[in-house]
Amino acid sequence: MVEHLVRLKLTLLRNGLRRSPWQIVGMVVGALYGVMALIGVGVGIVALALSTDASLRRAVLVVGGSAVVLGWAVLPMIAFGVDATLDPARFVTFPVPTRRLLAGLGLAALIGVPGVVTVLGVLGASVVWWREPVVVPVAMLTGLLAVAVAVVASRATTTTLASVLSGRRTREASAFAFLVLLAAAYLGFGRLTTGGLGPGTDLRGLLSGVADVLGWTPVGAAWAAPADAAAGAWGTAVLRTLVLVASLAALLVWWDRAMARALVRPASKDAAAGAHGLGMFARLPATPLGAVTARCLTYWRRDPRYILAVAAVPLVPIAMYAFGSGSTALWFLPMMTGILGWSIAADTSSDGTAFWAHVAAPLRGVDDRLGRAIAAGLVLVPLAALLVVVLGVLTGHADDLPALLGVGLGTLGVSLGVASVMSALVVMRVQQSGENVFGTRQGGSVVSVLSQLVGMLAVLGLSSPVLGLCVLAVVRHSAVLGWSALVVGLALGATVLTVGVRWGGRLLDRRAPVILQEIVSMV
Amino acid sequence: MRPKADVRGPGGFYCVGVNVPEPPPPARQEPYGQAPAPARQTHAPQPDVPEALRLRGLWKSFGPKTAVAGVDLDVPRGSFYGLVGPNGAGKTTTLSISTGLLVPDAGQVLVHGRDLWAAPQQVKGMLGILPDGLRLFDRLTGAQLITYAGLLQGLDRETVVSRTEDLLRAVDLVADRDTLVVDYSAGMSKKIALACALVHAPSLLVLDEPFEAVDPISAANIRDLLGSYVASGGTVIVSSHVMDLVQRMCSHVAVIAAGRVLAAGTVEDVRAGASLEDRFVELVGGRVAGEGLAWLSTSSD
Repeated sequence: MVEHLVRLKLTLLRNGLRRSPWQIVGMVVGALYGVMALIGVGVGIVALALSTDASLRRAVLVVGGSAVVLGWAVLPMIAFGVDATLDPARFVTFPVPTRRLLAGLGLAALIGVPGVVTVLGVLGASVVWWREPVVVPVAMLTGLLAVAVAVVASRATTTTLASVLSGRRTREASAFAFLVLLAAAYLGFGRLTTGGLGPGTDLRGLLSGVADVLGWTPVGAAWAAPADAAAGAWGTAVLRTLVLVASLAALLVWWDRAMARALVRPASKDAAAGAHGLGMFARLPATPLGAVTARCLTYWRRDPRYILAVAAVPLVPIAMYAFGSGSTALWFLPMMTGILGWSIAADTSSDGTAFWAHVAAPLRGVDDRLGRAIAAGLVLVPLAALLVVVLGVLTGHADDLPALLGVGLGTLGVSLGVASVMSALVVMRVQQSGENVFGTRQGGSVVSVLSQLVGMLAVLGLSSPVLGLCVLAVVRHSAVLGWSALVVGLALGATVLTVGVRWGGRLLDRRAPVILQEIVSMV
Repeated sequence: MRPKADVRGPGGFYCVGVNVPEPPPPARQEPYGQAPAPARQTHAPQPDVPEALRLRGLWKSFGPKTAVAGVDLDVPRGSFYGLVGPNGAGKTTTLSISTGLLVPDAGQVLVHGRDLWAAPQQVKGMLGILPDGLRLFDRLTGAQLITYAGLLQGLDRETVVSRTEDLLRAVDLVADRDTLVVDYSAGMSKKIALACALVHAPSLLVLDEPFEAVDPISAANIRDLLGSYVASGGTVIVSSHVMDLVQRMCSHVAVIAAGRVLAAGTVEDVRAGASLEDRFVELVGGRVAGEGLAWLSTSSD
């Protein structure tokens, strides 16, 4: 069974590559990244191996290794998602014992650039202990155990959350609660570290202190154990290994339970959700434009993909502030509002094949574009304004609020406009409605990454006038410049949005069936 | 003002006892609005009454695979046209091209004599579409979805509201009107999609596998509804795998295989005395003779 799943994963990978040359390009780029990461890690390992300071070796390995394990466990939830090609839900119909499914899925998870890099890096790190040859195999063993912990933890968390979140009623609430929790933890961590990192603090002492704590946790035990063994404290090393084994067992049980539940209750088949009346459709004008706006607003409210795309964005500058960066956090403001507006670049792709309803109707492209932009604006403009005011006041720049508002709303309008054009040109790979929100789609992302890059550059270029004015206004503390930045920002945002919506609309009039076909072939 | 196809008719009562949108009166046969280019009319055999749908030389390839290889088809006004063919024959591709969802590599689609791909915005309003295998905006409730379809077609609010009620009754989804479509069963989704296709009273209905997963009672209701729609001058094209159904329900039929039309005409002509199913197998071929899978018997374990 294990062998089957691994082979299945390899076959899927190969067939994916056969599907389009872009997939190969994506794979090569990913592999290059991996090689570069390995080279970086290798240099670090060699430097550590040459160092004679045992406590330094230990501290760096424990902290670095813990970061790797934590990254595996937590990152899929925030950023990348887990590769859903081997979604447990697809094995529901086969009589596979969960235990073997676990082993197979776990191993298969390591197939791919991140997995290979991690395993090679971990095995390579054991070289650090070359002075005590007995310790090298110990380091390899605990390292592999740590990889197992990392993989199982990533699967356990995402499986649990995915099945929790698949109940649509709870999904919004819990996704949001999770983000808030995460933000709280992040901010707490930020305060803690910045509080401890005042001037004059011994960085190495701090590192060792952190390593001492981490060494007894599941994420760090694997790296502290060989250090103990090297120092001759074999008893402690065994104890740490036991911590590792016990946590691996606990995580396995957790994953097993989560998967068993996911397999029994594959899709969201809880109580059917509904809403009374026509909702937004009754409140907005009965025109095609009003209908598109109402539909998008309904989706902003009911579809977790929209919430997740936006919810994490305001956390960044606020976290920056919490980490003690002070006014520097303001630099991130235009970036954040730009990214907020950019979220509709995936709007057409998010419709999935349901987009046919727009293609089939005699709907003008400009109505399609404008409806989406209005709906996004109704959600994002208040959010951006709030973000600007909170950050401005927190960083002591309350006087510069006009300039900051000009930049925030200006970049928001510009990016909404550019995204309106972009999503009429390029179809992106996104989770389809109802899919695992933590899943990622395999490969084929180079075109969409490139288009994102070009789009973001366009946003940056087009917003540069208001950016420049705002910087001037803040630096010179000039109210006149501040207010003119506000006027210029609003005018610029409105202009780019208008042009973008019209241009995107014309593109859509011509290309709507092509876009639909691209979506169909992608799903 | 957005261009609107004048396809709204007054409501009317039908044999299923509900008020469904009525197709336009048959008087709508002469070209109106922008007249179609005369050149396109010259090769029509009956230039005075253009067919509801006329396909000429449709080609479509996906990479190396040719899905539609030169399809010509005439769907007379007021016909109930069945499109049958084995899996992968190009039925869905043909219907997608005919409804503006898929750009053909070559060929022409005339809806009531007007070139669809030359002026899609003007022609699309005449079509009611039920595609197969495409999603719906399933985070909307059933009532919202029909409303959305109606508003996208440019109907006003009163019309949409009253037709939504009628359609929900016609497809027997009144009780589920406030349920999200994502929680509908496959059959319910088909029915709500059909309601969306009907809301603007199109003069040509194109339905891809409309009876798949639909329970027998709903299917009978839908057949009645489509029957009365055809009786009042509308045209219906359905694709189906169920020969028996097509034989009973349709006035015309076309057999498609490997992207080509093998036979087309009235059901009587095409089946030529035999049953449609036998005729279909004869035309398409591919029956596997033999004793089947010897090991697939419950007694052999």
